[in-house]
Amino acid sequence: MELINHLALGFETALSLTNLMYALLGCVLGTLIGVLPGLGPSATIAMLLPVTYTLEPVAALIMLSGIYYGAQYGGSTTAILVNLPGESSSVVTAIDGYQMARKGRAGVALAAAGLSSFAAGCFATLVLAAFAVPMSELAFKFGPAEYFSLMVLGLVGAVVLASGSLIKAMGAILLGLLLGLVGTDVNSGVARYSFGVPELTDGLNFVALAMGLFGFAEIIINLEHREHRETFTNKVTNLFPTRDDFRRMIPAAARGTLIGTLLGMLPGGGATLSSFASYTLEKKISKHPGEFGHGAIEGVAGPEAANNAGAQTSFVPLLTLGIPSNVVMALMVGAMTIHNIQPGPQVMTSNPALFWGLIASMWIGNLMLIVLNLPMIGLWVKLLKVPYRYLYPAILVFCCIGVYSINNNTFDVFQAAAVGLLGYVFVKLEVEPAPLLLGFVLGPMMEENLRRALLLSRGEFSTLVTRPLSMSLLLATVALIALVALPAIRKTREVAFQET
Amino acid sequence: MSRFAAIRNKKNFFAGLLYILTGAGFAIGATSYKLGDAARMGPGYFPFWVGVLLAIFGVIVLLGSLNKRAAREGLPRMDIRPIAWILGSLVLFGAILQVMGLAISLVVLVLVSSMASHEFGWKGTVLNALFLCGISLGAFIFGLSLQIPVWPSFIG
Repeated sequence: MELINHLALGFETALSLTNLMYALLGCVLGTLIGVLPGLGPSATIAMLLPVTYTLEPVAALIMLSGIYYGAQYGGSTTAILVNLPGESSSVVTAIDGYQMARKGRAGVALAAAGLSSFAAGCFATLVLAAFAVPMSELAFKFGPAEYFSLMVLGLVGAVVLASGSLIKAMGAILLGLLLGLVGTDVNSGVARYSFGVPELTDGLNFVALAMGLFGFAEIIINLEHREHRETFTNKVTNLFPTRDDFRRMIPAAARGTLIGTLLGMLPGGGATLSSFASYTLEKKISKHPGEFGHGAIEGVAGPEAANNAGAQTSFVPLLTLGIPSNVVMALMVGAMTIHNIQPGPQVMTSNPALFWGLIASMWIGNLMLIVLNLPMIGLWVKLLKVPYRYLYPAILVFCCIGVYSINNNTFDVFQAAAVGLLGYVFVKLEVEPAPLLLGFVLGPMMEENLRRALLLSRGEFSTLVTRPLSMSLLLATVALIALVALPAIRKTREVAFQET
Repeated sequence: MSRFAAIRNKKNFFAGLLYILTGAGFAIGATSYKLGDAARMGPGYFPFWVGVLLAIFGVIVLLGSLNKRAAREGLPRMDIRPIAWILGSLVLFGAILQVMGLAISLVVLVLVSSMASHEFGWKGTVLNALFLCGISLGAFIFGLSLQIPVWPSFIG
């Protein structure tokens, strides 16, 4: 079977000593940042992007994706022990996980989270491998019109599923698109919006933007509040779930895996959305809904399985169509372009070792993570005792070195600081920063594809709706918007976000 | 009563204003480049229309914030202290890096940014600065051999 040949090639690549090492490094770093509150995978990957310059492309991607799914594991530790989500996809884990910890069942909660994540990760990796070939074949049927429509769908999908005001989030996308256009226009060579600053003719710096929005702004917001944590760090004793626990968590984890696998592949999907959806479902179908919020093990197992599965399958649109569906995937585009790899369907054929190696490494990474997280939990727990006042200067140090070393230019440091201020204003005005970054990455691609599509159609915009594939993508977009705009659905959506 | 009493949702009001200003700014800026037409887009075409769209969205958000049924939301409290210390430390780092070198710049970065914390203490901060400086030099300069000046240029 073809799939087995592919996976064999993948494991051959992923099991080489160097790649194993980088997978491990990625998993350790991912767990580390997942555990530390106030530092998410977006900021960390942005921080480490410049460092991957010197690595082989395969090793770089393996390490960076290890950070992403490693953070899903680590985030649950913090959520359970401190009631602080280490990162956004663990928000729901904190609800019941922390209550379990208060009842002296921290160890069981951690085990439920770890085992569910592992099972989900293994399944999602298989799905990713199985979907990759047919999806990329579909991608070859795409012309510029389809790509443009797909990006519209992706961007709208990203905000429809986000919480908060739809129209505000769409504004953030447009702002991102515009910021993405700063710099030299590839067709005419005109330097747009550069105001004569030579550094701006290359466009705004993607890493500086990501760091400012997700690193610096976050730190400033955190510092406005005084530190207060109640930690159950000394109470992690019995890790083993009872037979009854298993009976309750296995179906929940299975449902979570399916939800995560599906939602992860959608544009705008990924880990965070999946965990929210899974929690809502578990609560709805549970025989004991009253236990939710008071330490129901399903409320830990389901969302944790879902976020890990979602993290993994969100690679599908990136690797097969070249379209990032969330911020971390947008950063992966950045990583691939650093190494002169154009993300898209051609990666699989032109660089099969990289493609399948990355997929196989995810399976190996999941195995490493379960070892890293369960037996070594005591080590990570100690990290939680590092006070934030020592932690955030460290984040600043690594960010500054990272952003400077991309171009060896201090202009990028200033840029990141300015974006940090913008990100702070965004938080205060409740505008979401993630759609802005997605828009920023897709902006130039959208312009280029629209330009080509309209050149082919001699300026007829109808080309976007007369081509069947393009039309179905746009119809899906309209359906998504209608779905959110309908009052009945809007109500449940608000309830779903409030429950957390 | 504040001067903006008629604005029910101040967060949305200012978000709308931000969109209108940046959208209009980009659209006006785009007119200085060649617009072209749909079949042959000039460099100004796409940014012009996206800018116009952003401004329209801004108007919708802004008008919504004045609506009588809009949720009353004031502007959240802004604490100038952390903003000033954090952004200040970053700008200072960028300003002195080329002249003073990485080692000193990092120590300055950590010292200044630490001032932002409510639990600031000199002893811990200095130790943290030295520790982070040591780790960074070890990892980035000796480990990854990044090309960053380490010591002040006048010492060489």
